[in-house]
Amino acid sequence: MTRVETPDDLYRLQQQLKAETDPDQPRISVCCGTGCRVHGSMDVIQAFREEINGRRLSGKVEVVGTGCHGFCEKGPVVVLKPSGVFYEGVGVEDVPEIIVETMMNGAVIDRLVYTDPLSGDRVVHEHEVPFYQKQKRLVLDLNGDIDPTNIEDYIAFNGYAALSKALLQMKPGEVIEEVTQSGLRGRGGAGFPTGVKWRLCREATGDVKYIVCNADEGDPGAYMDRSIMEGNPHRVLEGMIIGAWAIGASQGYVYIRNEYPLAVENLRIALRQAEECGLLGHNILGSGFDFTVQIRPGSGAFVCGEETALMASIEDRVGEPRPRPPYPAVSGLWGKPTNINNVETWANVPIIIDRGAEWYSEIGTDQSKGTKIFSVVGKINNTGLVEVPMGTTLSEIIHDIGGGIPGGRECKAVQLGGPSGGCIPSAHFDVPIDYESLQELGSMMGSGGMVVCDEDTCMVEFARYFMDFVQQESCGKCVPCRLGTRAMLEVLTRITQGEGSEGDIEYLLELGGQIKESSLCGLGQTAPNPVLSTIRYFRDEYEAHIRDKRCPSHVCKALIQYTIDVDKCTGCGRCLRSCPVEAISGAKKETHVIDQEKCIKCGTCLEVCKFDAVVVE
Amino acid sequence: MISLTIDGRRIEAAEGSTILEVAREHGIEIPTLCYHEALEPYGGCRLCVVELETPRGPRLVASCVYPAEEGAVVKTNSEMVQASRRMTVELLLAAAPHAKVIQELAARMGVKEPRVTLGDNDCILCGLCVRACAEIVGAKAISLVHRGFSKEVSPPFEIGSNACIGCTTCVFICPTGAIKLQDVLSTRSVHEWTSEFQARACKICGDHYLAPEFAGEAKESLVGE
Repeated sequence: MTRVETPDDLYRLQQQLKAETDPDQPRISVCCGTGCRVHGSMDVIQAFREEINGRRLSGKVEVVGTGCHGFCEKGPVVVLKPSGVFYEGVGVEDVPEIIVETMMNGAVIDRLVYTDPLSGDRVVHEHEVPFYQKQKRLVLDLNGDIDPTNIEDYIAFNGYAALSKALLQMKPGEVIEEVTQSGLRGRGGAGFPTGVKWRLCREATGDVKYIVCNADEGDPGAYMDRSIMEGNPHRVLEGMIIGAWAIGASQGYVYIRNEYPLAVENLRIALRQAEECGLLGHNILGSGFDFTVQIRPGSGAFVCGEETALMASIEDRVGEPRPRPPYPAVSGLWGKPTNINNVETWANVPIIIDRGAEWYSEIGTDQSKGTKIFSVVGKINNTGLVEVPMGTTLSEIIHDIGGGIPGGRECKAVQLGGPSGGCIPSAHFDVPIDYESLQELGSMMGSGGMVVCDEDTCMVEFARYFMDFVQQESCGKCVPCRLGTRAMLEVLTRITQGEGSEGDIEYLLELGGQIKESSLCGLGQTAPNPVLSTIRYFRDEYEAHIRDKRCPSHVCKALIQYTIDVDKCTGCGRCLRSCPVEAISGAKKETHVIDQEKCIKCGTCLEVCKFDAVVVE
Repeated sequence: MISLTIDGRRIEAAEGSTILEVAREHGIEIPTLCYHEALEPYGGCRLCVVELETPRGPRLVASCVYPAEEGAVVKTNSEMVQASRRMTVELLLAAAPHAKVIQELAARMGVKEPRVTLGDNDCILCGLCVRACAEIVGAKAISLVHRGFSKEVSPPFEIGSNACIGCTTCVFICPTGAIKLQDVLSTRSVHEWTSEFQARACKICGDHYLAPEFAGEAKESLVGE
């Protein structure tokens, strides 16, 4: 590891690394993010290495295991450079063929090529894949190029140049001003202006100050921060060092959930390498500035993403929120001024310093600048990580980038911001997304989890799911959150079981409003949102459950019934044989009947019937 | 000194005090459950919420922990405050229907039948026992464990705690009587923590009066001072 002690050292190393890289050299980039690893990408990368050695190509072809490319639906994803040929779902058995046919003969292997679910077109090159075309990848731009466990890869792509610029060419106040001017707002969900936050902490009295990276991403379905840390941990570190310099902190913490083993590992490696390189530690780049970072693994309590609970956990106390004020900027870790930002916020900082506030603030809307990463999951064709400029519409994300809904079904709504956010119905999909517009719609930006619902999603059951989550994750300290969310869950459960009564909707609205107003921390203050927003947009579904004892989406088991259509049933016996509880009877070639007493509503008969004779109502 | 307005009254207050302290000093009543003058405020029961004017409109803050700030305009009994307190008491009544103090609060606020049932446990998790044990006694024999609806007060690992000295401070500070004490002849039991002590007998009258552990602690702290 080359040690860099001055900005010139860093610049020389950058130039040397760039000179050593031949842009025309064949390079195989294999996604090794958690999603692709689950699909076997570690075996695939091993097979590539063996194949290359076996063919005596080492030195001529480079294999890189990178972070998440974002296209998680189709893993393992492999991109061949410089041609940009894009293969999805690559298995170990495909490896020799890829080397011979594509790398050596330049031919494309049809079966590994991506087919666009909307147009049915085959897409050969990565840059032509519609999933990537409408994105603007600022934070995730290097995820498909660099090996996150090698600091030199990051440096070769101008990594740590922003740090050098901040430390040696700018004063702390200028750095804060640049971040303020850029319009960057907290990516953790609340959207507080980052520059303002930094200034408050800088101006707070205290000889010791701390900065914290909140990497306790806990929303169901959200994995933006995970992928940044897995794929490009140095960008987060660089942002933190710049922030520490601006604020005047000499110690930083990364609070990361231990359920992210790969992110923890890559971050540890990054920390060690940055220290060995001289980019962390004593007298960074000869500036006289000292800064160290410690990793604090969390044990998976959702509430520890709340900043005061997070700090308590770092201090080895129970992860329970405390009332604010005092705010962390005044009294945070061990009573010292502390600045907490989320992973994605930190990762934006080097980009702002490198390219300037003016450039950055041209991206996005009036009030919300830059890009936002969303993890698009649920009923969507292209499950994955999407980075778009603020102001992109939901319709663009779901249809153009996400490739629409599987089975050609209709999209009913999306849940943004996880259990703290709200549901947005398809009628509002043309609204440009920013912090304010989402709030007006009764939702919130949140950290970026986006769960897509299709017409088969029951919105009452959906709201019940999130309420179940928050009532379990509530720390239990304050009454409205501990008992209020539990009460809401009881009522929602009652409704989905067909035992709802008149007044339940009004009670949920009243309770939800009170919990939001009187809870101690952000968890309780946002917990009722999924329920309130689904009542706002899908009240008819609640009413159908309560008044007509009917679940319009045929999801709530207590409210549906499976029957057999006399005209369509041929008496083939398939359903009869498949039924796990022997609830179906009928002689051969005669209409079958479902015994409602025995039926457990598992839906097996519906799945196996070849004549569409099983009806749910 | 700072000055603020509470319920239309202009009040001078010492800097660093909470809204609740200032209000009580001036005879303005705010109900509380998890607050005790001798302990660090907790902000958990939310019964002490008051309405605070902010540039973004009125909002509720817990007066036991919220600092009295210069120029603050506070309402302690507005419709917004009352609605919140009624909901809090209704929830507490749903979870602790037999706790007398909750029944009384409900009666006072006009809360009748709760619209849900959330069990029947006299412990309302106000945390007074835990804080008293840690801050006053210094024993730290109990703490709040688990989270959400499963939260409870417990000695470590839910087994009889050898840190407990049988002082019964928790019994006396508990607002709902959820912590039960039994003195049978020479045996004192604090049932909730499965702690049992052989009480010491008075040399003159023969009555049992305290656990030797408690006596030891008390002596140590007196000599120490």
